[in-house]
Amino acid sequence: MTKNSYIESYCTIKNGVVSLNGTSLFSEATPEFSAFIKQAAKQLDTNYPKFYKMDNLSKLAFLAADILLKNANLSSEKEHNIALLFSNRASSLDTDRKHQNTISDPDNYYPSPSLFVYTLPNISLGEISIKHKLLSENSFFIFERFNANHLHLNSRYLLNNNKAEKTLCGWVDLDENHYEAFLYLVGKNGTINHNTEEITRLYKSP
Amino acid sequence: MSKVYLSHHNIVSALGFTAQEVVDNIKNEISGLSLIDDPEVFNTPFYGSIIPTADLTNAFKPLEKAITYTKLEKMMLLSLHRTITASAISLNEKVGLIISSTKGNIDVLNQTTFPKERAYLGALGSVIKDYFGFKNDAIIISNACVSGLLATAIAKRYIKEGVYNHVFIVSGDTLNPFVLSGFNSFQAMSNKPCKPFDKERSGVNLGEAAASVLVTSTPDKLCPEAVALLGDGSRNDANHISGPSRTGEGLFRSITAAIKEANISPIDIDFISAHGTATLFNDEMEAIAFNRLGFNTTPTHSLKGYFGHTLGASGLIETLIGMHSLHQNTLFKSLGYSTHGVSKPLNIIEKTTPQKNTIFLKTASGFGGSNTAVLFKKVN
Repeated sequence: MTKNSYIESYCTIKNGVVSLNGTSLFSEATPEFSAFIKQAAKQLDTNYPKFYKMDNLSKLAFLAADILLKNANLSSEKEHNIALLFSNRASSLDTDRKHQNTISDPDNYYPSPSLFVYTLPNISLGEISIKHKLLSENSFFIFERFNANHLHLNSRYLLNNNKAEKTLCGWVDLDENHYEAFLYLVGKNGTINHNTEEITRLYKSP
Repeated sequence: MSKVYLSHHNIVSALGFTAQEVVDNIKNEISGLSLIDDPEVFNTPFYGSIIPTADLTNAFKPLEKAITYTKLEKMMLLSLHRTITASAISLNEKVGLIISSTKGNIDVLNQTTFPKERAYLGALGSVIKDYFGFKNDAIIISNACVSGLLATAIAKRYIKEGVYNHVFIVSGDTLNPFVLSGFNSFQAMSNKPCKPFDKERSGVNLGEAAASVLVTSTPDKLCPEAVALLGDGSRNDANHISGPSRTGEGLFRSITAAIKEANISPIDIDFISAHGTATLFNDEMEAIAFNRLGFNTTPTHSLKGYFGHTLGASGLIETLIGMHSLHQNTLFKSLGYSTHGVSKPLNIIEKTTPQKNTIFLKTASGFGGSNTAVLFKKVN
């Protein structure tokens, strides 16, 4: 049976702006991602020392997810089965290139486990799960471009079959100097219908 | 509601280029692992399973087209070609394509034959889609070492939701300096053939392989080894990004969810195809999770002693071997095991033995704290 589900909230991080439900929370004109995300995390009270050891993709995904999950006012008394359905285009290539640089020159060979572990896109999901104690389903998809159909279908299936009480879905892409995060939380409460038109509308909104 | 089946399939690995050949080798306890002492592959000799490039080139020759393919692409195209041919399904808009891979063509970062853009997983998806003329873009899953198994659960959704009538899954990863240097930096690699669940185990062997399968709800598209997908569960440990949970919580919950959906009792499970990477922490975690579920006497194997750990392909390959295990009513030996080496009792299969089998559990766990469990039941 199909149940009604709604987009409860959404968060965007792009072009130097962090916004929640369409309202800017932080903006900084610096074009450099590392400096920008560090500043944003500080300003938005992320307050999580592990954040600073994450790779850039994880930082981007983590900050957007952290904003949404804190804003959702979830009870800390009980566990929450919030499935994570993330996607992007560049997988973990930003960090893959860094690992490649550590092994390209035999005379300067220094691969490290702390960098290598981030050469998988789903590590970002692990980081979010650890911080928010989400023992839930995690899936990382790669698409050529943002694809509302696939996210919607997987989310609808998990919710309709009681495999998750909420889903946290979206797009977190980081490649060279380009970065873009758009995450949204789907559940039983809210005013924005959970369908591909609305997902696409929110994704495209400035 | 109609059932979802895994049907026609293929494996391209060091043990052969057809599932039958691979299964025959497993029955004869032949391993695909060998000492690889080749600076072209890695700067340090290591144990792993590698597909001889010459054999692959030969097998791929009839399938050549105008463009040049990477080794991984050849492996995946060869495997999927055989599965599509056996399935005799025309690739219309109701046929989906799912690809699972952890690193895809990552080795193109370190050479000049192929453009660097080939490192994008989406480029791999386009190569496969275009080669066969799929009408839909590939759905690519890159979720560490659970990818190949998770792909079966995700294929099921697309069929249950009525988006596709059939889904082809192709999984693959290769051995390359990128991955080998990383696992080596973790000091996770064994310099001997791996010994899952054994007291003397000293780490993982990596391997390369591709595998493919038809997922369908159409009963007249079933091969003799076909299985129904009864239930699945995926749960994160929420514990550590590179180490498994000490309590096996995520795996425990994944299996519990799969059993609930399958609506069976744990006692109905005839054998378990574990992840069994032969690292100290992984095998111990699995032993704890399995014991919490009362699986201490359920026959269990790890197939890593035959293939090594084939990353994004492992979950699918091991599922396909499980299908043959059911079909042949035979439990396959967990190669490399002789002395029990985890803190909880397990019934590790020490000898390939006939046994009537109906249902098996396949599990996988990976970096990022991911775990997946899927239950399969034989059809014929």
